[in-house]
Amino acid sequence: MNAAQSRFLLVAMSVLALLFLYAPIVSIVIYSFNESQLVTVWSRFSTKWYAALLHDDQILRAARISIEVALLSATGATVLGTFAGYILSRFGRFPGRTLFSGLVMAPLVMPEIIMGISTLLLFVALEAAIGWPHRDIQTIVMAHITFATAFVAVVVQSRLSEIDVSIEEAAADLGARPLQVFFLVTLPLIAPALMSGFLLAFSLSLDDLVITSFVSGPSSTTLPMVIFSKVRLGLNPEINALGALIILFVGVIATIATFRTIFADWRGKRKVETATA
Amino acid sequence: MNVLLREDGLQPWADKKVAPQLCIRNVVKTFDGFTAVNDVSLDIYRGEFFSLLGGSGCGKTTLLRMLAGFEFPDRGGISVDGLDLLKLQPYERPLNMMFQNYALFPHMNVAKNIAFGLRNEGLGPDEIEKRVKKSLELVQLEAFAERKPNQLSGGQRQRVALARALVKRPTVLLLDEPLSALDKKLREATQFELINIQKQVGVTFIMVTHDQDEAMAMSTRIAVMDKGRVIQVGEPREIYEYPRSRFIATFIGSINLLEGPVVDCGADGSRVDCAQWGGPVRVAQDLTALSGHHVAIGVRPEKIRLARADEFAFTADNIADGVVKEIAYLGDSMLYRVQLPSGLLVKVAAQNLGVWFSADEPVRIGFDASAGVAIDK
Repeated sequence: MNAAQSRFLLVAMSVLALLFLYAPIVSIVIYSFNESQLVTVWSRFSTKWYAALLHDDQILRAARISIEVALLSATGATVLGTFAGYILSRFGRFPGRTLFSGLVMAPLVMPEIIMGISTLLLFVALEAAIGWPHRDIQTIVMAHITFATAFVAVVVQSRLSEIDVSIEEAAADLGARPLQVFFLVTLPLIAPALMSGFLLAFSLSLDDLVITSFVSGPSSTTLPMVIFSKVRLGLNPEINALGALIILFVGVIATIATFRTIFADWRGKRKVETATA
Repeated sequence: MNVLLREDGLQPWADKKVAPQLCIRNVVKTFDGFTAVNDVSLDIYRGEFFSLLGGSGCGKTTLLRMLAGFEFPDRGGISVDGLDLLKLQPYERPLNMMFQNYALFPHMNVAKNIAFGLRNEGLGPDEIEKRVKKSLELVQLEAFAERKPNQLSGGQRQRVALARALVKRPTVLLLDEPLSALDKKLREATQFELINIQKQVGVTFIMVTHDQDEAMAMSTRIAVMDKGRVIQVGEPREIYEYPRSRFIATFIGSINLLEGPVVDCGADGSRVDCAQWGGPVRVAQDLTALSGHHVAIGVRPEKIRLARADEFAFTADNIADGVVKEIAYLGDSMLYRVQLPSGLLVKVAAQNLGVWFSADEPVRIGFDASAGVAIDK
């Protein structure tokens, strides 16, 4: 195979891979501007489904609940996951470390259906015993924190393992007490990991359907639950519009994050160049 | 060699009236059954530049970390100026440490790195600014106050780490391999800079190093460590000229060991019967205490003279004939290995004076009685 052939093959494979990944997404965006009532038949350009979406109370309420749940559970998971990751990477070998590590990481491999059933059984038994918790947003948040904590812990632990322990020792040597070391040195250094852990927990919570279905109550229907139930009754082009909006939202955040990284790199390089010049 | 100057010319460790500043007493530290530091006792005096020298795993870093408070000994005591250090956490100790990889805070600029320790002391902003400025001057980094650590060269980072540790005005500064991250040229320049800064601030320095040249050049005294124990403490010259054991003799510099029993001894010198040398070796020491014992006579390569056998041009107390076997050209000197009839290879270092010897050339080597030192361990 000569160079031109291998180049052609490379390009062809990349195009196929990109099509495979993004064709469904692109088709959702295109069909969200379709005027037809039928999801798969193109008639002409229109933005009427976006307008309809803005007047669909069921979807708007569900979206608000979803975002509320995602914010609360991502915050909770970030706090707990940071503690867990810090303990796993900085407390050395304490008795029960292996068990603790296994318990923290279990949700990464546990089937969601099992998590859902067991959490539901726990909540039902608790409510029968002490009258708390009622199944609504709070149970969803607790269930989401349970599995999202594991993801945050992994991200934080891996970031901490990249940071030289002697930086924290230096802070202690310079008179900082353990809490000061954590807040003045460790926390700023792992802040990027906390941010990505938070975003990971946020998006995991936002699109979780299985566990949420088990632990939600009648007044707390999240967006994925609404979409799923709508799909069962026949797809509505409104869902395309909703999908397009979510893609736009995610795309804007990803773009900002990428540009910030590129800009920081570029600024760092320029300063080093002036430093050595 | 760094000499601690006193008006009477006496070094503080030789003066019984002077109390040491830092006392390490019978310190033991084990990790999971492995004894990292084994019964170490040391006295270190104010103003010293003291080095802990040894190979990797000899316990020198563990000892330093116990001084800083990152490890606690299983047994023994450590005190500074009468203060029991073992009752104090790292952040309460009046010592500061300069870390091997400098451990600068990557998210703070140079000025903030240096100010970090002062903030923890609760000083006012004016006082902090003044002291940060002064310590930046001390290490000549005034122009770099706003730089982040990743925008500095290795040598600049090293100086920030030094300034950050010194700005706290510690009674003792601990240095963990301070020069190992620098390249060779910079390392040599920095050696002298460190000594100058130490003299300027008058703080006791305790340095961990595996580099014997570095320890020799910078220290007032050196403690050589091996397998968790301190095996000799002394001024660089003492350790080089009078190594107490074969391990130290071979670890510090290069040496020839001529083995044999002490046969003849007295106040005006002794003789050791060394079959490998081809006869008795005369040394200036009085070895009466070791009479009949098997000892090694250590002779440094640079103390052995070398001449062509046919134009023999020096006198010496001990003389042997041999053949040049190996030659290493080092630029400033030549290193030869001369084989004696017994098969023993003797290392000889000759200053590069333009006299060359070639391989398989018959030569005569010799050294004076005062050049050899008896080692019985």
